[in-house]
Amino acid sequence: MGNIQRFPHSAKAASTNPLKMSQPLGAALAFLGVDRCMPLFHGSQGCTAFGLVLLVRHFREAIPLQTTAMDQVSTILGGYENLEQAVRTIHERNAPALIGVATTGVTETKGEDMAGQYSLFRQRNPALSGLKLVFANTPDFSGGFEDGFSAAVTGIVEEVVQPSETTVKGQINVLAGCHLSPGDVEELRDIIESFGLSPIFLPDLSLSMSGRQPDDFTATSLGGVTVEQIAAMGASEATLVIGEHMRVAAAALELKTDVRSLFFDRLTGLEASDRLVRTLSELSGRPVPAKLRHQRETLVDGMLDGHFFYSRKRIAVALEPDLLYAVTSFLADMGAEVIAAVSPTQTAVLEKLKAATVMVGDHSDVETLARDADLIVSNSHGRQGAARIGVPLHRMGLPMFDRLGAGLKVQVGYRGTRELLFEIGNLFLSREMDHDSHGHAHGHAHGDGHEHGQHCGSGSCGCSAG
Amino acid sequence: MLQEKLQDVFNEPGCSTNQAKSEKERKKGCSKALKPGAAAGGCAYDGAMIALQPIADAAHLVHGPIACLGNSWDNRGTKSSGSQLYRTGFTTDMSELDIIHGGEKKLYKAIKEVVQQYDPPAVFVYQTCVPAMIGDDIEAVCKFAAKKLGKPVIPVMAPGFVGSKNLGNKLAGETLLDHVIGTVEPEVTTPTDICIVGEYNLAGELWLVKPLLDEIGIRILSCISGDGRYNEVAQAHRARLTMVVCSQALVNVGRKMQERWGIPYFEGSFYGVSDMSDTLRTMARMLVERGADKAIIDRTEGVIAREESRVWRRLEPYKPRFDGKRVLLFTGGVKSWSMVTALEGAGLTIVGTSTKKSTKEDKERIKKMKGEEFHQWDDLKPRDIYKMLRDSEADIMMSGGRSQFIALKAKVPWLDLNQERHTPYAGYDGIVNLCEEIDKTLSNPIWRQVRLAAPWDSKPDSKPDVKPVGA
Ligand code: SF4
Repeated sequence: MGNIQRFPHSAKAASTNPLKMSQPLGAALAFLGVDRCMPLFHGSQGCTAFGLVLLVRHFREAIPLQTTAMDQVSTILGGYENLEQAVRTIHERNAPALIGVATTGVTETKGEDMAGQYSLFRQRNPALSGLKLVFANTPDFSGGFEDGFSAAVTGIVEEVVQPSETTVKGQINVLAGCHLSPGDVEELRDIIESFGLSPIFLPDLSLSMSGRQPDDFTATSLGGVTVEQIAAMGASEATLVIGEHMRVAAAALELKTDVRSLFFDRLTGLEASDRLVRTLSELSGRPVPAKLRHQRETLVDGMLDGHFFYSRKRIAVALEPDLLYAVTSFLADMGAEVIAAVSPTQTAVLEKLKAATVMVGDHSDVETLARDADLIVSNSHGRQGAARIGVPLHRMGLPMFDRLGAGLKVQVGYRGTRELLFEIGNLFLSREMDHDSHGHAHGHAHGDGHEHGQHCGSGSCGCSAG
Repeated sequence: MLQEKLQDVFNEPGCSTNQAKSEKERKKGCSKALKPGAAAGGCAYDGAMIALQPIADAAHLVHGPIACLGNSWDNRGTKSSGSQLYRTGFTTDMSELDIIHGGEKKLYKAIKEVVQQYDPPAVFVYQTCVPAMIGDDIEAVCKFAAKKLGKPVIPVMAPGFVGSKNLGNKLAGETLLDHVIGTVEPEVTTPTDICIVGEYNLAGELWLVKPLLDEIGIRILSCISGDGRYNEVAQAHRARLTMVVCSQALVNVGRKMQERWGIPYFEGSFYGVSDMSDTLRTMARMLVERGADKAIIDRTEGVIAREESRVWRRLEPYKPRFDGKRVLLFTGGVKSWSMVTALEGAGLTIVGTSTKKSTKEDKERIKKMKGEEFHQWDDLKPRDIYKMLRDSEADIMMSGGRSQFIALKAKVPWLDLNQERHTPYAGYDGIVNLCEEIDKTLSNPIWRQVRLAAPWDSKPDSKPDVKPVGA
């Protein structure tokens, strides 16, 4: 690894091809993991439209998302009226189980007092006392996607979870960070249930965002953890906290319920999966089921078969912080060299990254840092830059609008790690075979994107997507 | 400043909707009051970006926090035949500190970086809500930057909260009129130079029209703004004629170009067979009126005759395939009405349409064309559409991407008519493309399969006839 360079921030004034997405969008995703929920942005309508399009393109699902539709006048006079009207309208039209309000840059610049607005709403609308209402402060001008997700989950915990005198045996909570796809959550449920435990996921995207065929068309989220289940989280035996950005929510949960937290910084990789399995075995007092034992064996075998292709490969990774940590750690586990790790925001996790260069930046920074890389790992927005410098791209994270099944990818546990290992490994493998047959080993090192573009037949390569 | 601009746009005499309103209504502006909790659609900044971003060699820099650009860049299918700079997302990504101290310094630095690194012919700077709220004077910054850097730096004053996407389109038009059009002189002009306004070259649609114009001998001096280049847009004032596409959005540009430079304009459409022919005819006639060689009228008629007969011949095979098939149409405005006529010509039946975005005249026109029986829904809820499709009142739905899941969840074929589609539907060939797409999706074998009951739901009598082994 040698000398690690750290540039905490790129010094540019113009962010070029941003990697960052705003806080309210992260909050919206968290709210979408609650059954019969309507996320509501407290701001101008444009912010909602953009967020909605981005989520639709990624998940290929209808996305419920509403706006308080602040215009110039209400922005100046204050937005309480709009907020109250929006909540009442949504309640009348869709009768959701929960309305999740996320502030935006517009309402935060004005400095609206959300706690005050909350009490005022409750005071003025006693008839709606049954409606669960969660407010999250998510200004667009600070933090990013992960922070918004975290703020929403914390808000839900504080508003909905109830302390409990009794404990339900075998019931455990899982605070599932936004680096887990709906597919990951589904996999995690399988693993946990195979120990005879019953998990409550907050949020649970596996039920709402993995592709549903409903009998009727509803305007709210359909599926996800129910408000009743969230309320019952206080009766669990333990809480598994997945991802650094879930720590705040975990603290709030502990404070409210005394349920102990077990923290996992990642679930991708052999050792990380071992830790999860050991923990579950201890919690349940049961031996590890045969299926998982077999999955572990095949992962070990895959690592042995695959390591040839990973060794010393130079890889640049640009993802949301916790996913960035999981992926760079996994690549390092496999003997690859992470030459650059780029995060959209500054967080504590960056301190732990094993990478030659760690930086808070955008896709244009990746383009500069990855010129002689063998692979870039980032969301779909990385495609233009990857194509320009002729480096293949493996898509992960969000948004992933140019691939099917983006939400169902699995990269946790033995099975998910194995899948990730094969996907990236196959990219290297096919390039080596292709380049052999064309008589040059490192086409991209010449910086000639066009010439080698035709060898990247895998479709995961930036060249073909341009 | 911005307030005056808004009033001006709301008073646009070229806009038929505006003229139908009373003085008082007009003051309120064209954006309907939005209902909090039940509103949908983009903001003015969004609309401005849609209108200007197709200017491909310019840099488009968004001044604001990450929300405005971070969630939205790289999501439009407008095509360029050359420079790809327009696809690069630039933003000042304002932080908390910028909100407290003001974002003007950062904005200037950002403009400078973009100019130094990419050397574009011009930079468009978009104002968004937050810097507008804290009072960043981006017009002053742009002026200063233009002087310092020796390049046009153009402020686009359309912060999201002033109104809808449509209003943003118009404000973008005003920006071009104020800062761009008329600033560059073309090297050569011809008597058949035209300017097209409001065509964005989505999915490369302009390229289905341009060859026909070339053949007739009409030159596109500038297109605002599909496949546009900054300098071409800047010399639009030397066109002999302006065509305004899709009346609502940029009619202010056409009218003011007439006012300032005496260039006549007309409203036309490239969608559908008859509209396409009308458009070509009008172009030729008006150019001749302005002194172009009469021969282009004959050439135009020749092209129309050939293309029309070609297109009807090419649509013929679809007739038996489309027989009895019913279409539910969800698209506002007039743009598609000649398209609809063409689809009916190919054998489809249109059962109804939403009129949420249509004007009174549009509705009248539809009534005249289709009779009183025809359904026009003002505000149909997703749930109702879903039910209609579920009860198979239509065989296919055509709409914008936002409502696609209503159809797909009802297991009914759906086709994108709006922004994100990848197939061009303009011009004569566009109609054939559209029919091909409809046919492809209608005849896809998946529809039968996805409607099958699951094995655990199927009744005993529908079980496949499996003979026991050895029987
Ligand atoms: S409404 Fe304002 S803050 Fe929201 S996207 Fe539009 S310009 Fe940006």
